[in-house]
Amino acid sequence: MLEALTAVLEALPYLLKGALATSGIVIGAMGFGLVLGIHMAVGQVFGNRIVRWFIGLYVWFFRGVPVLVLLFLFYFGLFALIGLNLSAFAASTLVLGMTTAAYQSQIFRGAILSLPQGQLQAARALGMSDIKAIINIILPQALRFSIPGWSNEYSIILKDSALAFVLGTSEIMARSHFVASRTYHYLPLYITAGFLYFILTWLGVRALLKLEAKVRIPGYSH
Amino acid sequence: MTEQKPPILRVENICKILGGKEILKSVSFSLNKGELKVLIGPSGAGKSTLLQCINFLIPPDKGHVWLEGVEVQSRRKRDLYAFRQQVGMIFQDFNLFDHLNALENVSIALRKVKKIRRPEARDRAVAELERVGLGDKKYLYPAELSGGQKQRVSIARALAMDPKIMLLDEPTSALDPELIGEVLSVIRDLAQGGMTMILATHQIGFTRSLADEVLFMENGIIIEQGAPEELLSPDACTRSRDFCSRLNELYAENE
Repeated sequence: MLEALTAVLEALPYLLKGALATSGIVIGAMGFGLVLGIHMAVGQVFGNRIVRWFIGLYVWFFRGVPVLVLLFLFYFGLFALIGLNLSAFAASTLVLGMTTAAYQSQIFRGAILSLPQGQLQAARALGMSDIKAIINIILPQALRFSIPGWSNEYSIILKDSALAFVLGTSEIMARSHFVASRTYHYLPLYITAGFLYFILTWLGVRALLKLEAKVRIPGYSH
Repeated sequence: MTEQKPPILRVENICKILGGKEILKSVSFSLNKGELKVLIGPSGAGKSTLLQCINFLIPPDKGHVWLEGVEVQSRRKRDLYAFRQQVGMIFQDFNLFDHLNALENVSIALRKVKKIRRPEARDRAVAELERVGLGDKKYLYPAELSGGQKQRVSIARALAMDPKIMLLDEPTSALDPELIGEVLSVIRDLAQGGMTMILATHQIGFTRSLADEVLFMENGIIIEQGAPEELLSPDACTRSRDFCSRLNELYAENE
């Protein structure tokens, strides 16, 4: 028991570095997904048929294929094919980012569609172009309503990031596994790994709850 | 009416089919500076569609719109946006921007469309809110305002753009009866201040006292047109008169 505890304590700084890598992957992927997802959602709601078709195809692809397959497919296949030489860390971040973009776009799309139509009409009637109306009127509201769904997506991507292990990314899971197989203290190390994921989930979700309260529109319940 | 100058707004031959149904069948009329014309008629007559066709929120299938003698080229985006800035629109359900307080609702288009700097836009917004009697509500959000207050904010928002004409689409129809008065009084002030307006409404008493001309619409056409005293006088045998007296029975309006 004491031995196990010592093993965990000794490994902790090493594992925390892994937590940093995990955070990097998740923040990178969520950020990438945010930017791409917003554009995709706007395209899907306001775009022409061709734009909508392409975005639809993208969403189906990334929602339809397991993340593990995507990681292998891109890292060993497609990235190499187009001559993109990425580190395991960058590749994991990018693949998770592309995946979450598909899911995030649907969160934002739903939020945009839930807004009352009349506000866009009012913005147009004031002489705003559609782009201006989307930037100044539609998105500030849609993004607010997306925070709960986004927070859920964060917790999913955080845990999916453990799959980056298979590409050799040195994150929480990879490091726990490495130490465990050296010291044979499998149970305490994997418990620690699970705990680290739990802490990261808790921190992120809590921060997003705070953000949600901060940007809440007075008197408005959606 | 003999006018030398061209009308400020001329609308000709507006046609619109929506969902296979002919909503507007060649509607034409014109509006001189300072006039208040009132559109009345049963629900489904096409009043709302007509107003939205005038500023191309609903693109008409056919027809032309002239502002101060210049035809609006609605296909040219730049022209369309410039035209819309000069035409204030008031909606039945207010359509305030829910994430902005009253002040920001009024100033956002000044800043983003007219490119006026923030402090000047703010001053202008404050002035417009004061004009509609909401100087003390400027930091409240739409969800914190009553229906009548929301509609007054939306009027302030339109006025801030210095419109040449205003289109008002049943501005009091979504309001509780006790809130109608505050909105009508703002519109009355505007009319008396010389604002050019087209107003779709069921407020017959208001129409009678302020309208320069009544346009009675039914089934997508203007079937009667004239001064309120001609169309709505008790002994007139007009379709408008008939419609209004039925409305009066319904609302038991005292005049």
